[in-house]
Amino acid sequence: MRIAAPLRTLAQRGAFLMLLLSAGAIMLFGKADPELFERTRTQVTDLMAPVLTLLSQPIATGARVVAEAESLVDLREDNARLRMENARLLEWQATARRLAVENRELRELLAYRPDARARYVTARVIGDKGGAFLRSILINEGTAAGIQKGQAALTGEGLLGRVESVGQHSARVLLITDLNSRIPVVVESTRVRAILAGDNSALPRLEFLSANSQLEVGQRIVTSGHGDAFPPGIPVGVITSVGETGVRVEAFAESDRLEFLRVVDYGLRGILSEAQPQTGPSPR
Amino acid sequence: MMKQTPLQKLDAFGRCAMPALFAVLLVLLSVTPLQIPGYSTIAPSFLLMAVYYWAIYRPDVMPFILVFALGLLQDILSGGPPGLNAWVLLIAFGLVVSQRRFFIGKSFPVIWWGFMLLAAGAGSLTWVLTAILSDTVVAPLPGIFSFLMSIAVYPMLTLVFAAIHRLLPPSAA
Repeated sequence: MRIAAPLRTLAQRGAFLMLLLSAGAIMLFGKADPELFERTRTQVTDLMAPVLTLLSQPIATGARVVAEAESLVDLREDNARLRMENARLLEWQATARRLAVENRELRELLAYRPDARARYVTARVIGDKGGAFLRSILINEGTAAGIQKGQAALTGEGLLGRVESVGQHSARVLLITDLNSRIPVVVESTRVRAILAGDNSALPRLEFLSANSQLEVGQRIVTSGHGDAFPPGIPVGVITSVGETGVRVEAFAESDRLEFLRVVDYGLRGILSEAQPQTGPSPR
Repeated sequence: MMKQTPLQKLDAFGRCAMPALFAVLLVLLSVTPLQIPGYSTIAPSFLLMAVYYWAIYRPDVMPFILVFALGLLQDILSGGPPGLNAWVLLIAFGLVVSQRRFFIGKSFPVIWWGFMLLAAGAGSLTWVLTAILSDTVVAPLPGIFSFLMSIAVYPMLTLVFAAIHRLLPPSAA
């Protein structure tokens, strides 16, 4: 029995080498100019989004069924009620804190600029972090729903990440733990500014701190709004350690059992979306 | 071989397409959120298993261009650097295909051991390339866990591959 050897003929070897070179070229070009393949990528994710949505729904439902079967009936009801109330109260708490700080700052200002109205788009998570070294997820809403590059993605607890690329019906969200993620933040109580830098670990670091900043474990971190990238005041996390590995922040938003998230449009354009043509419905 | 009717040709084509279709399903499943905390960072590389199995037993149903396309699909859906998985999978495929003669006819533990070597190599290559393309040294620990998961899951997936294998029409060679 002759065993077929696909690398035997010259043509097959040539095809193999050509594909290898193409893959290498794609890697290099993708590194040199990240925007280059963005359109193709978003078109592919747009194509796959319906299938992925279909696949993730039964799994999410199954997970929910399992979770509910695990608890007793009355405990479950009580639990659910308390959790909803907790979530609502957390949102109020975040609003109240933001208002308090804003109030304090406004007193020092002469002119008053009213906050732009926020618009939320809820999307289902259809693609999980794709591997050992990646921290970005896919959602099943895109420009057709008003989502644009650079917008903040939140859960009820806090900031989850930022929209990195968007197609018509799908978008990719870069989590704050990803090694490419850089979010301008500020310590809520002391207004010390820093950059929250992810490094693929579960706890992102605070970078570019001034030398004499006093940071303590337990301080809350919120977005600072600098660079107009995000609206200010979105809760991000708490400082969990100050040491040789840097200042580490534990995020409020849980990225593990994600099913839905909200993308916020405050009408800010920021630095990311400069080159982006207006393809979706304008928020204003 | 006697001439095939169009229906038989369609049937043969459909059967030959099954490994490819199943591989696409594997890519989709590998990004579907499974609601298990921490799973996605240590998920096994299903696509590598598929490429390994078909490279040994039926490389004629897994042409190079398909391996390339599957790798690109995985890159796009997982959000990683484009081209990385395509490159690593092509190299893995080419390597295994050139060593087919050794693996054909061997018992399962030998095949499993071969996969272990391949997964270790592919995992290391992926780690190095990720570090180069993102200009930072990424912690290798998740990659090591993913490697261990891949080895553990391979026997189960082999059963599925073998079932598909039995459905395929006989090889042309």
